[in-house]
Amino acid sequence: MATVTFDKATRIYPGGEKPAVDGLDIEVGDGEFLVLVGPSGCGKSTSLRMLAGLEDVNAGAIRIGERDVTHLPPKDRDIAMVFQNYALYPHMTVADNMGFALKIAGVNKAEIRKRVEEAAKILDLTEYLARKPKALSGGQRQRVAMGRAIVREPQVFLMDEPLSNLDAKLRVQTRTQIASLQRRLGVTTVYVTHDQVEAMTMGDRVAVLKDGLLQQVDSPRNMYDKPANLFVAGFIGSPAMNLIEVPIVDGGVKFGNALVNVERDAVQAAADKGDRTVTVGVRPEHFDIVNGESEGKSLSKDAPAGLAVTVNVVEELGADGYVYGSAKVGDEDKDVVIRVGGRAIPEKGSVLHVVPRAGETHVFATSSGERLSD
Amino acid sequence: MSADATAGPAVPQQSADRPAAVRPRESLGSRLAALAGGGLVRVVLLVVGLFWLLPTVGLLLSSLRTPVDISSSGWWKVFTSPSQLTVTNYRTLLDNHAITDSLVNTALITIPATLLVVVIGALAGYAFAWMDFPGRDWWFIAVVAMLVVPVQVALIPVAKLFGDIGIFGDISGVVLFHTAFGLPFAIFLLRNFFAEIPRELLEAARLDGAGELRLFTRVVMPLGGPAIASLGIFQFLWVWNDMLVALIFADSNSQPVTVALQQQVRQFGNNIDILAPGAFVSMVIPLAVFFAFQRQFVSGVMAGAVK
Repeated sequence: MATVTFDKATRIYPGGEKPAVDGLDIEVGDGEFLVLVGPSGCGKSTSLRMLAGLEDVNAGAIRIGERDVTHLPPKDRDIAMVFQNYALYPHMTVADNMGFALKIAGVNKAEIRKRVEEAAKILDLTEYLARKPKALSGGQRQRVAMGRAIVREPQVFLMDEPLSNLDAKLRVQTRTQIASLQRRLGVTTVYVTHDQVEAMTMGDRVAVLKDGLLQQVDSPRNMYDKPANLFVAGFIGSPAMNLIEVPIVDGGVKFGNALVNVERDAVQAAADKGDRTVTVGVRPEHFDIVNGESEGKSLSKDAPAGLAVTVNVVEELGADGYVYGSAKVGDEDKDVVIRVGGRAIPEKGSVLHVVPRAGETHVFATSSGERLSD
Repeated sequence: MSADATAGPAVPQQSADRPAAVRPRESLGSRLAALAGGGLVRVVLLVVGLFWLLPTVGLLLSSLRTPVDISSSGWWKVFTSPSQLTVTNYRTLLDNHAITDSLVNTALITIPATLLVVVIGALAGYAFAWMDFPGRDWWFIAVVAMLVVPVQVALIPVAKLFGDIGIFGDISGVVLFHTAFGLPFAIFLLRNFFAEIPRELLEAARLDGAGELRLFTRVVMPLGGPAIASLGIFQFLWVWNDMLVALIFADSNSQPVTVALQQQVRQFGNNIDILAPGAFVSMVIPLAVFFAFQRQFVSGVMAGAVK
């Protein structure tokens, strides 16, 4: 068991100008499950491969525990990796696949057998030990790849999108299994995924990357409640947060026909920088429907309070539903997503008046994307 | 207009008739093919196959007849008088040291020339596919360029070189020449095959603690099995059947069976009682090798072509 430290680790691919990973600074605690998440090309897999020793580190350092592994070959790092395509040795049986690392390490046969059988039991693979990978289903192959990592008893597990080749149902099931297995074994784990649901559900902490730059590292809860910038706000959460650019007015921001109170300091900070607008983020579940009632502070006495949203599409999920509508903000039509209760689904084409719930709005500077509210 | 009017309906009628006439013919043809096709194709293939085998069968039967019988009548006479068959020729062949020694020489040339090409070719193929070294691609292009060098242009310069270093006429010289000319193809074939191995597989082995050598022997070689088997058999057959190189680089003590048999050919007639069984023996051994590895050979060629 060990900690993992990325210390301004940078990777520039040969022939490239822009770093694929730019000064990455992350500390992963002992036994922690850290998820690297981001859109494709954001550098998350490269970061993992740098930790594995499969990519050179051009600047900065990587440490496992107190050991500087920046320039060590993969075999000397005491790490195990689960690949997206599993990378099982096709000419070996499941047992040989799982025991290969131990065999190379010179562990005696009885011990290898014992450890392989233990791991197989945990992963429910006992009856497949004599089979070749080609005779296994996708889910079984995935478990063999996990088994190969477990048998090693390494200091760190690395997982590179290990669930992306499974079907949707199996993916959800395996997600839970991996998370609970990791907690049971207590091995420090770095997990790469592009799926923010996986990131939120599995990780102790989540690191969001974009264009090789770390955007935010935090617990899933904090990531959801206090995204550090516009990118994280839009990336984390499904459906995505509504991000609407609104003009700054006295005492807050103007949101459709309603005045929304946001932190005065935050708006002031933006105004000081010369911004005339800020971007307000509201999660779909944080809109209150105020049809007819004038709860919000109406700017004009004739029109009802709140933002008028015309319903385009309704997604009914049973327990609740998502309304995809458009609203006129300023002179532009904006797409808005609103969560509504499962028993009160509005009709297509109807108009809803919504106001963001107090205290649940996020304010970002339009120019820099930085979070302004706390 | 009237001409058009009369031609007008005629044309569509014709074109309407044609498919109607074609359709039953097609279905009749396909029905015939379905009925007779399987059997007919087999018969045709059998005839072609037998025709192909005829010279070999003739050689086998000739080798089983006495020289007198051979010179007086054709080999097909054994079908009417089977009493002509005898193994005397094979018995005398075994006592003929020129031939038996040359068979040993053939083995001494073929086996090392095959093993060397396979081992060096596999190592080089792995290096070209997966190791980083300066100028890798240029070296590989140079190796591929050597594929087009014909053996003939190299004979005299290499003979001079071998004379200078004192291995002209020696078995080692013949082996060396065959190895050198087998390697470009071996490297080309195996490099391309190894390059198809998924990168993650090698990375997984590296993370499992394997160094380059173990990676090569435990992962790359087993996966490259079919390609390596194909290469081995090709190289074995080429070297075994070679006469040109051996004729130039081997002397009377190191000559392989191809050269020894060629020397039995006289200006007026030939020693058919030695030639026929000798040629048959020199043919049977590579055939045995081929059939022993046939399964892997066939799948190997496929794997090398598509994958």
